[in-house]
Amino acid sequence: MADQGKIEELFNKLSSEAEAGGYHLNPDKDFTKELVNGLLVNEERYGYPACPCRLASGNKAADLDIICPCDYRDPDLTDYGACYCALYVSDEVLAGRKKLASIPERRLAIEPQAGLKEKSAILPEKLAFPVWRCKVCGYLCAREQPPEVCPICKAKKERFEKFF
Amino acid sequence: MLSMTVVPGKDKGKVKLYTLSTCVWCKKVKKLLNELKVAYDYVDVDLLEEEAKAEAKEEVAKFNPACSFPTLVLNDKKCIVGFDEGKINQELG
Ligand code: SF4
Repeated sequence: MADQGKIEELFNKLSSEAEAGGYHLNPDKDFTKELVNGLLVNEERYGYPACPCRLASGNKAADLDIICPCDYRDPDLTDYGACYCALYVSDEVLAGRKKLASIPERRLAIEPQAGLKEKSAILPEKLAFPVWRCKVCGYLCAREQPPEVCPICKAKKERFEKFF
Repeated sequence: MLSMTVVPGKDKGKVKLYTLSTCVWCKKVKKLLNELKVAYDYVDVDLLEEEAKAEAKEEVAKFNPACSFPTLVLNDKKCIVGFDEGKINQELG
């Protein structure tokens, strides 16, 4: 169990960042704070806030896709109204129009990047700047290097991929 | 043999629950089993040493190839993945 003050602090930070980016934390505060505790526990034992509801390997490179917010949050919000842990919920769930339930694991079900390669094949060959894509929320920016932190979802630089 | 924590209760056959200590849905399954007063064995897989962790993952994957948590295995046959209140009540209630 992480320190209560730290839980509050991270909860408030995630909550304001979520709202600023158009996301919402689960309004069930007890539930959400338990997950925030899980993030702090994982930060402590692995060195990064791996998803509390998934088994992390402890190898950061292998776990990049499940560092919170994970690469699966946004598609799960679209399909189920919540991320896998239900730390983040959709507008519909927030408004009480949709009930929360535990949802299937998407992580192994996809071929990483399969769709992307095809799409980039039709793009122009020469660009003034490379375009970087945030793997968490899809934010795109054209600049030499990706930003330190995604301005939309706050994912770190290492979660960006060269899109074209 | 993987060592699991034994929770005493009504005998509903072999009930094995694989969980993560940080996962809230896993806690909900434990709570539901406690409310149903069912006897079960559980293990928090994230807290195991590497060797036991690998063994637990193998056991889970036999029933649930995605190796996700919580996974509930009944009589080494049936498997309920996630906090599926309806199914758990149906099988163990
Ligand atoms: S966003 Fe992803 S990593 Fe974060 S709590 Fe939700 S499911 Fe877990």
